[in-house]
This record gives sequence, C-alpha cells and structure tokens, in this order.
Amino acid sequence: MGKQLMKGNEAIAEAAVRAGCKFFAGYPITPQSEILEYLSWRLPQADGVFVQSESEIAGISMVYGAAASGFRTMTSSSGPGYSLLQEGISYIASAELPCLIVNVMRYGSGLGDIFVGQSDYWQAVKNGGHGDYRSIVYAPASVQETAELVISGFDTAEKYRNPVTILSDASIGQMMEPVELPAMKEHDPDKFQWSLKGKGDGEFRRVTSVMYFQENYDDYIASKYKKIEENEQLWEEFQTEDAEIVLVSYGISSRICEEAVSMARKDGLKVGLIRPISLYPFPVKAFEKLNNVKSFISVEMTALAQMAEDVALACKMKNPVYSLGGGMVIYEASDVYAKINEVIEGNAKEVF
Amino acid sequence: MIKKKPAACFVDNKYCPGCGHGTVNRLVGEVLEEMGVDKDAIGAIAVGCSSLMPETFAIDCIQAQHGRAAAVAVGIKRCRPDKTVFSYQGDGDALAIGFSETMYAAIRNENITVIFVNNGNFGMTGGQMAPTTLEGQKTTTSPYGRDIGTTGHPLNVIQMMENLNVAYLARGSVSNNRNIMKTKEYIRNAFEAQQNNEGYSFVEILSPCPTNWGMDPLKAMEHIENNVIKTYELGEFVKRGEKNA
Ligand SMILES: Cc1ncc(C[n+]2csc(CCOP(=O)(O)OP(=O)(O)O)c2C)c(N)n1
Ligand code: SF4
Repeated sequence: MGKQLMKGNEAIAEAAVRAGCKFFAGYPITPQSEILEYLSWRLPQADGVFVQSESEIAGISMVYGAAASGFRTMTSSSGPGYSLLQEGISYIASAELPCLIVNVMRYGSGLGDIFVGQSDYWQAVKNGGHGDYRSIVYAPASVQETAELVISGFDTAEKYRNPVTILSDASIGQMMEPVELPAMKEHDPDKFQWSLKGKGDGEFRRVTSVMYFQENYDDYIASKYKKIEENEQLWEEFQTEDAEIVLVSYGISSRICEEAVSMARKDGLKVGLIRPISLYPFPVKAFEKLNNVKSFISVEMTALAQMAEDVALACKMKNPVYSLGGGMVIYEASDVYAKINEVIEGNAKEVF
Repeated sequence: MIKKKPAACFVDNKYCPGCGHGTVNRLVGEVLEEMGVDKDAIGAIAVGCSSLMPETFAIDCIQAQHGRAAAVAVGIKRCRPDKTVFSYQGDGDALAIGFSETMYAAIRNENITVIFVNNGNFGMTGGQMAPTTLEGQKTTTSPYGRDIGTTGHPLNVIQMMENLNVAYLARGSVSNNRNIMKTKEYIRNAFEAQQNNEGYSFVEILSPCPTNWGMDPLKAMEHIENNVIKTYELGEFVKRGEKNA
C-alpha cells in the first residue's frame, strides 16, 4: 500500500483499527476530537464498538472493562480530560491490563487552551494517578511515527500488561503528512489466560490490583518497571558524536531543534540533539555515551521546564542544564539558535 | 425448607453478622446457577462492602473503581455480548460518586444487570450519610439527623429511571423470607431480561447494615419493615416487555 495524506489524529485512529483495536470509549475535547469522530464510523465497519461516553471517567472505566475482557482497547483525550482519566489509568495499571491512552496535549493547566503545548509531561510521565505504577509513554514527532507507535504500543502494552500512553500534541494531531499504514491485524481476545470470559469449567478469575495476591509485591513491581526501563528506551540522536552542546527535545519541538542544529553546524558550532521517543522510560542510555558534552538545553513547550529535570537526572547532574520553554506558539529554529548562543556566551541561567 | 448452598458461594462470606449483603450474594449465586449461566457470568464489583464479594464468590469478577461499576460492566458487555454481565453496587457507589455512570447506563439501555444494595449509608467507611439516607436519620456525617433542607430528599433512583427506555426495574428487600423470595424472583427477571437482549435491568434491594445502624440484626430487619419501606416502596416498576408491548 502506498502513502496517503492524513491528519495526525486520524492516523492514530486508523492505526489503532489496523492494530486490531475493537473498543473505543471517549468524550470530545479539542484538539483530539477527530479521533472520536473517525472511530465513530470506522470501528463499526471493522466489527468493533465505539461508545461516546458521558465523561472521560466513564470512558476510561469502559476501557478498563473492555481491557479486562482481553480486547485491544483505547481512549483519547486532552488536558482537563486527561486529568479525569487518571483514576482509571491507575486501576488499569494496578490490575496489569494492557490498553492504549492518547493525550493530544493542549497548553496550560486548569481549562488551559487549545493552543499547542507540552505541559502534560509531568502528569503523563510521572503519573497523574495514585500509587506505584508507570505508564509507558511515547512521544511521536510526525504523523508517520504516530501511526507506528500506536501499532507497536499495543504490542508493548500486552508484553508488559501495562497501559501505554501516546503523548501527541495539538500540532502533530492537526497537521497533515503522508503516512504509510500496515495491513489489518486480527487480535484474539481469548488468547490470554487472565482475560474475563466466564469461568466455564475452569477456575474463576479475578481482575483486581495484583497487590492483593502477588507475593513480594514490592519486589515484583520494582522489577517489572526495571525491566521496562532496561528494554524499552527509545530515542533518536542527531549529530551528537562530538557535540559540546546537546539539545534535548521531543515531539513537535524536536523538529525545530533539528533545524537549529543544522544552522549551528553550518556556523561550525558543535551542537547535537537527543530526541526521546519514549518519555517513560526516559532514554538515559543516550546520555551515557556522550563524552564531549559541556551542557544540555531542554527545549520543550512548557512554562516550568518539566522535562529539564529528567535531563538533569539522565546526565547525573554532571553538566549544566538550560531550558528553552514556553508554549502557545512553536518556536522558530532561530529562537533555539539564539538560546544556543546565549549558553555559549555564558549569558543563560541554568535550571540545574 | 433447607436449600443447598450454590457453588458460587464457595466459602462463608465475610460480612458483619446480620448484614444483608450476604443474603443478596447468595441470591445472585442461586439465580445464576439455576439459570445455568454462572459459567458465563462476569461481575463488575463496587468498592465498599460489596468489595468483599469476590473473596467468596466463585464467578469471574473485576474490581471496579468507586462508582464506576456500571461503566466497567458496559465495557465488558459491549466486548462480550454473549456473556451475562452484572454490576454489584452499594448506594454510595451507585448514587453518589457514580450517579452519572449509573444513569447513563440506563439512559443508553445497556444490556447489563445492576444489583443495587441500598443500606442507607456508606457502610465500609463507617456509616456516613448516603443519598438514600432517610430524612432525620443520624449517621456519622448527619449527627443531628439528615436535614432535607440542606441535603435534599432521599434519592429514589427507580422513580428517576421509570421514564427511561429500560427493560426492567424492581425493588425488593431482604427483611423477611417472603421478601427474600420476591427479591430472588426480581433478580431472576433482571438476568432473564439481559439474556433475552431486552436491555437494562436494575434491582434495588433494601438491606440492613446492623453495624452502622447501631442495631442488632433483628431490630435492623424490623427497621426496614417499619420505616425504610415507607420511603422506598417495594415492587416491580417496569416489568419485562411492558415498554415494548
Ligand atoms: C474515589 C474514592 N473515594 C472514596 C473511597 C472510599 N470509600 C470506600 S467504600 C465507600 C462508600 C461505600 O458505600 P456504599 O456504596 O453505600 O456501600 P456499602 O459499603 O454501604 O455497602 C467510600 C466512600 C474510595 N474507595 N474511592
Ligand atoms: S458495615 Fe454494614 S454493609 Fe458493611 S458488612 Fe457490615 S453490616 Fe454489612
């Protein structure tokens, strides 16, 4: 199949269907409503179920039930709606169920605004719900990558029996780009020993927090997430081999950073870029290989330099970490270049 | 008449002595077994004292979030339409935090069965006021007696659902043998409605919470007969097939 022009949000929806997703429940909020709209006609065509739930809380609760039934299932939201999903995400993680959650980020806290932003980093990556769990979080930087991460996201969710979050943003969700999608895949919901299907002639099943029956629960949970951290780090690097200044940026802002790196390189400056694709687990391995780096600049569309903390941890605070933040509009590559110069000239204030 | 305990209740329940939950658990087990659907049944169980049910109930179950059991049941039923799916919830769960999820499952006429145990308070957390608490009733958060001027009237959810397009609505009680047998009939009707794809079925069951009512079990049963039933009338309010006739 050739490439087709698609909106980021529609690519999420179509990729999910092709991955064998059979159940979606969600509630409208800009800038992700196209996902609902698309799935409302597409899922019934593909033998699936679409429910427009009465709230995000109900939506994620339906997803919880559907996931417990062994089906590939997802919901999507943004900003305030993502906050409402957290209760269910914590339950789904505690019961070790796979599912896909999409947050097409908007800007700001509270109601926020529909402008582009990346201010849900902390909530998505550090957990918005209560307790000892992590969501595996992927941050696509293009429509093609969005589709790919949705498809591999379902597999990873099942591999670890853990929710996977696609952290997109208003611009990637709304932009159109050529995308190549794989063929339809079938998923067998009965293949899991743990899924709810009625006890039949066997033992009855319980879907509840593993805490209630797992021996050495603390060790079990710690080693589960350790395994994810060891095996699932994803990133892309760009001209980092000899770099003295390394930009760290994900999603839409990383695309501008790539341009800024090229500008700087043309002027003979040793600048590179690390683009985390998985935000949890954060790609600390990418930082371990760097030898010449003098400082990092975390470039993200948030007022409080949210990812900068993880950059500081990843380099074990051995280098100063600067930040270029602020949302609502996407920076120009020249803004990033100006920040690079500020750092070189010693005029920038470090955050860590 | 002594009846055999249903296999679904595989060990003795863990509720307080005289609690109505134990009786309701058993009735659900008996009905599912007698209908031959216990092997195909899946329960979405609420928090609160309901959450003790899965410890003694030998049927596939999922622990729902507080208030969301109906929505969780919907997720299961929409994926597995040929299974018998029910939620099991208390009054705080279904009518306070989960009111929206409860009503919308009914509004959409979801083909699930809701077993709703109304004991007039939040049992598990120590007897706080619930939407169903009677006027003047003292609880740990209505120490002067429930004042309907500030809290509204006791919530009669069946009345609210009556005008919706649902398959079956009934209210029973476990306060004496006759009522227990009637309640069992209601539960059976509810599950049969689901089995026949008629849509949403809801059985409210007036049930004692001797521990938090501060009464011995017999007094608690008398209290239901003498007082609770006055606010919450028993009977079938939407009968099967009535709306489609
Ligand atoms: C989100 C959330 N809020 C509060 C609680 C605490 N909580 C547990 S059970 C319960 C009340 C249950 O009362 P009810 O539904 O009437 O059931 P009963 O225990 O009386 O059977 C509450 C408030 C919780 N588990 N989750
Ligand atoms: S607290 Fe009340 S509802 Fe809960 S088990 Fe005890 S008697 Fe039953």
